[in-house]
Amino acid sequence: MAKPIGLEVSLAVSEAVRLCDCDVVAAYPITPQTHIVEHLSELVANGHLNAAYIPVESEQSAMSSCIGSSAAGARTFTATSSQGLALMNEMLYIAPVLRTPIVMAIANRALSAPINIWNDHSDIMSVRDAGWVGLFAENGQEALDLTIVSFRVAEDRQVSLPVTLNIDGFTLSHFIEPILLPTLEEVAAYLPPFKPLVKLDIAKPISMGLLGTPESYAESRKATDDVLLGSLSVIKKAFAEFHKAFGREYKAVETYKSDDAETVLLTMGSISETAMTAVDEMREKGEKVGLVRLRVWRPFPSEDFLQAVSKAKNLAVIDRHISLGVPFGPVCLEAKSLLYDAPARPSVTNFILGLGGRDVTREDFKEITQKAKALSGKSQSRFDLIGVWE
Amino acid sequence: MKAYETPYAKIPNNKAFPRGLDSLASGHRACQGCGEVLALRLLLKALGTDFIAVSATGCMEVCTAPFPQSAWRMPWIHVAFENAAAVASGVESATQILRKKGRGPDKRIPVVAIAGDGGTADIGIQALSGALERFHENFIYVCLDNEAYMNTGIQRSSETPFGANTTTSPSGSHSKGQTTWKKDMPAIAAAHGIPYVATANPAYHLDLMNKIRRAAAIEGPAYLHVYAPCPTGWRMKPELAVESGRLATMTRIFPLYEVLDGLYVINKKVDSPKPIEDYFKIQGRFKHLKPEDIAYIKKRVDSEYEDLVRLAETFPVPAPIAAEG
Repeated sequence: MAKPIGLEVSLAVSEAVRLCDCDVVAAYPITPQTHIVEHLSELVANGHLNAAYIPVESEQSAMSSCIGSSAAGARTFTATSSQGLALMNEMLYIAPVLRTPIVMAIANRALSAPINIWNDHSDIMSVRDAGWVGLFAENGQEALDLTIVSFRVAEDRQVSLPVTLNIDGFTLSHFIEPILLPTLEEVAAYLPPFKPLVKLDIAKPISMGLLGTPESYAESRKATDDVLLGSLSVIKKAFAEFHKAFGREYKAVETYKSDDAETVLLTMGSISETAMTAVDEMREKGEKVGLVRLRVWRPFPSEDFLQAVSKAKNLAVIDRHISLGVPFGPVCLEAKSLLYDAPARPSVTNFILGLGGRDVTREDFKEITQKAKALSGKSQSRFDLIGVWE
Repeated sequence: MKAYETPYAKIPNNKAFPRGLDSLASGHRACQGCGEVLALRLLLKALGTDFIAVSATGCMEVCTAPFPQSAWRMPWIHVAFENAAAVASGVESATQILRKKGRGPDKRIPVVAIAGDGGTADIGIQALSGALERFHENFIYVCLDNEAYMNTGIQRSSETPFGANTTTSPSGSHSKGQTTWKKDMPAIAAAHGIPYVATANPAYHLDLMNKIRRAAAIEGPAYLHVYAPCPTGWRMKPELAVESGRLATMTRIFPLYEVLDGLYVINKKVDSPKPIEDYFKIQGRFKHLKPEDIAYIKKRVDSEYEDLVRLAETFPVPAPIAAEG
């Protein structure tokens, strides 16, 4: 049995890309994504990864090159963050419709202004409608494992869509954790060779990226949505087979002590580990509190989510992004819209915290739990920004 | 191997014009008399179909590929407006690594990025500069220059010539039309130290076709700047596209030349230029120009042509290269 090694999470993601025998990496440096791409370029430079590394001149070109590379039949990876993701925006909406299964790690970071290099989820939330599969990792092992799963899901011919793997910038990406590295053989047995659904091939010419007139545009968008919604079953199958192959079990929606919980906290990403510690401490004091975590953000795992939260009395939805001009954060909006039609639904409250790298502590989750209980059955007119200085 | 020594399958004369299907099928929706689609058809025909084409958004993309139809007989991809060079970079890198890993055809596959003047000299210049600087081996970039944003309705670009009337550089009581000089894209491309830069013009069709063949044969990035007469946008009779092309070169407005490893060759020497007025008078976009404006343009056009001659004399190609007639 392999032993875990101490590895920075960014490097674990790069190692996963190596284990997946990726063909092309096109990337532009941005904090806090840099360690991922630095390590990848080292792996290529030292012959540990037989790939083309394209040191592009912007993120817009990074994503454009990735689309071209994936369309030409190469297993393709990139990584970015914040402003870089924003600069890719136009291309992010094109990649899914062209069915190019790119895998992109995002070291999640706040969007400007003010310029800020630290963690929150405003980058990924700005592109949540683009049509990518979206996964959130909680810890280093999960970041490595989900990178491998991402390639498998993206390249599944039923899916053939790009995937974002979200890892919290610095608070996850820069931590050194004990991580189990699978072998190349183990990964090859799990991840079949890339056989593209569509491909630029001189032996069989096709045209990609045609003009969508009013007679075909809507159909094209709907077809992409159908595939994205349908990808959830492929994701679940990929998780199940990962469990079988590597012994680590992942679900679309993770629950922690939530079965009998009166108050459930809903989180995504690395703050969930802090939240679990807070849940343990509150449980010790008799508080009936639990945690539900979304590992899959897109497609939204609606049924799994409803099943996980509908028995609770209170649901405290935690967002890491302010949707300016809207009373609630984006995760809360999804939760509320799904719960509106549910036969039994908890009282939903929304809390935003950890913006721009503001520290998230166990005490924050305790405060949120108390506030959610106090607001139970009452209407909250706007999100509550935890820890804000007035 | 030096760029100027690289052998390529030159088409010597019209008798040797490539036969068979056009690589760009008929039935596309380009305007009547379009000189841009003529240039594109000839360029693609010269290459056959064993290459991958990448288009920027623009006239040539819109008129050739309305779903479910496509005029492209080779693998073709369009992603967006400003990024043809970056998409082509990805395609080129993918074909190289797949060949190396034994998963793609075991031969060089040219990747041809095609964009208009706006997609090249304005919004696409960053992606183009990046691609040229990275020195992709099988990368050819073709700028089809019709000297304005024609697809959106004749707005000025940095390639619009001085004095031209466009919808965003209108001539009026306080303006001569375009007030800036045409951006010298071939010089910018050549400044990247790439092995091959050339200008071409569909009025000199064999020269045009041979230049893309040469670009495909040379290892390293190539940039072709192609004159693309636009009767619609230039307010010109549709039968005059080729005529305007001949005049553009014979008045020295659009000289035909190559830059091979930094060495200059003028393909069509113009010792006694035709009167520049002949070029202007067939195009409505210049009809407001006064004699003094034309005199100013002529002076600058001649001066730039003489600079080019000096470059060709100072940095000549050692091997003799026949000028195309």
